[in-house]
Amino acid sequence: MSWLTEPWPWYVAGPLIGLIVPVLLLIGNKTFGISSSLRHTCAACFPSGIKFFKYDWKKEVWNLFFVAGIVIGGFMATGAIPDSQNIAVHPDLATDLSKSGITDYSGLIPSQLFSWNSLFSLKGFIIIIIGGFLVGFGSRYAGGCTSGHAISGLSNLQWPSLVATCCFMLGGFIMANLVLPVILNL
Amino acid sequence: MSVTKTIQQEPVEYQERALDAVCVNESHLTHPWWYNFKYLAVGLVFGVVFVKAEIISWYRIQEMFRLESFHMYGIIGSAIVVGAISIFIIKRFNIKTIYGEEVEFHPKTFNKGQVIGGLLFGLGWAMTGACPGPLFAQIGTGATVIIASLLSALAGTWLYGYFRDKLPH
Repeated sequence: MSWLTEPWPWYVAGPLIGLIVPVLLLIGNKTFGISSSLRHTCAACFPSGIKFFKYDWKKEVWNLFFVAGIVIGGFMATGAIPDSQNIAVHPDLATDLSKSGITDYSGLIPSQLFSWNSLFSLKGFIIIIIGGFLVGFGSRYAGGCTSGHAISGLSNLQWPSLVATCCFMLGGFIMANLVLPVILNL
Repeated sequence: MSVTKTIQQEPVEYQERALDAVCVNESHLTHPWWYNFKYLAVGLVFGVVFVKAEIISWYRIQEMFRLESFHMYGIIGSAIVVGAISIFIIKRFNIKTIYGEEVEFHPKTFNKGQVIGGLLFGLGWAMTGACPGPLFAQIGTGATVIIASLLSALAGTWLYGYFRDKLPH
């Protein structure tokens, strides 16, 4: 049962994720996309008379069930198979992070950065709140996120999705290599 | 066929919704609400893969953008290949949904949002180490502070809707 406790390789995880595209199409004509769930939540909870949120969100409620499934899946994978060992991290990344005081590799995300205590520090606030804001604002402005553009869009050979994916990557390269090192040392 | 019909019936509304392609893809069948549990099941499998393949790990995303690991490139790349082959097969053999409906595809139209929004999204992706899917899975794993990130992402979505007419597209 080592496959349960070991991290899964990319050639297992990638094709499984790719299969979500035809599965959603075939079980109900749905396009794989996750960031839309944020829009539907806004439409359901705070439409505030904004035209962008005036649509029948109940038709899209499948998307909210889908993301609820992701939360439960995350819970089950962690609860059923607790991690016993530290996560493997590239030595160069570990060296750079240790300069910023990130040394705990016991979880999938660095607890020294993502915790309720950290939220009230400057760098924690920037990473958790500003980062989250950019994810929500940017994905809606771009018309989709990694799932909607990079996976669904490119699978259907849509060139606007290729533009979006390249811009996602460019933004990520700039942040991870140029801006984040500054934020982490605040 | 049905796409052109929709355009003729409600041109303005369609173009509004077409900027967000997910909202134009709809089944024309109505089912009881509990039919949606099948999507919950698909999401559940997705959530398990997210955790087991460490896709929701902040470290894996940093390594991707620092070109220190092939892992995420392999995952996204092989997902696209499998998705593309699947869509090709569905189109080529005209495979219907389990309810016998024609599978609908909607072309995406280019606008400046894909560039500006895409860059902003990329900045946020590398900061949080998570795109929207992993945010949900991280909360599931017990990282409750990510609820704050998710609420902030909701605020970002809402503000986009609020300022949408003033933003370049």
